[in-house]
Amino acid sequence: MATVIVVTSGKGGVGKTTTSASFATGLAQRGYRTVVIDFDVGLRNLDLIMGCERRVVYDFVNVINNEANLNQCLIRDKRVENLYILPASQTRDKDALTKEGVERILNELKQGFDYIVCDSPAGIERGALMALYFADEALVVTNPEVSSVRDSDRILGILASRSRRAEQGDTPVKEHLVLARYAPERADRGDMLSVDDVLEILGIPLLGVIPESLTVLQSSNAGVPVILEEGSEAGAAYSDLVDRFLGKDLPHRFTSIQKKGFLKRLFGRG
Amino acid sequence: MISLFENFFRTPPSKTAALAKERLQIIVAHERGSRRSSPDYLPALKKELLEVVRKYVPIDQSQIKVHLDREGGYEILELNITLPDEEQRQGPPRRNGSGA
Repeated sequence: MATVIVVTSGKGGVGKTTTSASFATGLAQRGYRTVVIDFDVGLRNLDLIMGCERRVVYDFVNVINNEANLNQCLIRDKRVENLYILPASQTRDKDALTKEGVERILNELKQGFDYIVCDSPAGIERGALMALYFADEALVVTNPEVSSVRDSDRILGILASRSRRAEQGDTPVKEHLVLARYAPERADRGDMLSVDDVLEILGIPLLGVIPESLTVLQSSNAGVPVILEEGSEAGAAYSDLVDRFLGKDLPHRFTSIQKKGFLKRLFGRG
Repeated sequence: MISLFENFFRTPPSKTAALAKERLQIIVAHERGSRRSSPDYLPALKKELLEVVRKYVPIDQSQIKVHLDREGGYEILELNITLPDEEQRQGPPRRNGSGA
């Protein structure tokens, strides 16, 4: 039976799409049949981050409206086997996402996939609610910054009250914290909330810490999920995160200041 | 000129991360408090009510609304069950006359 995972945050710009892209890619690299769905109708961007923007013909809303079938709409990733992208519609309005429509597509996808990753739009409007409604597990992406932490707490409240699991009284959606754009040296100086601070406030288990990194920007420029940038800190952090999700017990890296040698300080890059 | 001089030598401001944490703890606790208007047991209550009502009348999930309100010192549990129209209803067979 497929697992549905929502990547959500409340606040925009914290790294939901970056996380969705790398998380889905990581699951597929490890052999799981994975599809990642963009729920941001009207403002799609997952296609750009995945580097398949020129291959979009049909979209999620086309399938919901029976204007195309799933196979016409799924974009197969050219780098990683077992990975498919379901793009959002760029032109329709958000009301196109009906609960019945989304449920029907998810049920169809469950037949062929192990993991269904739902990339939520920002906010708590229809698109975001639809992305989380059918979730079994949730990656809550948070930045160590006041507005992001507060919005994450709000989203946790919504997961606990308005998801299908909550409405039907099933076991609650399993929550995971992804702390992104973390800068250990700033936290160390007392200028940024630390990992422990955020954990204490939100009170959910930590799945991964992604360091603030130039590589994230560069890989999005190139349309390559950052997890494929092997050797980069952010890529390694995402790789660890996927392994932890699949049950490996790995220590958290990149949460404290890295001592750099003289040469690395001169020539090295984050 | 003097203020610039002062600025230069002033001790750095106290660490703002601690302030952020404190402010967040207060606002998050406050917002979680108001969220409690919908306690944990409501979904389960709704599910069980649905099962009970279904023994007699065929209704679905959307026809039952459970809402808890807090006013002053007391709480009001509001139950709203919409029954289907008479002709749609094909409930359990009624035994009129003969046997009973």
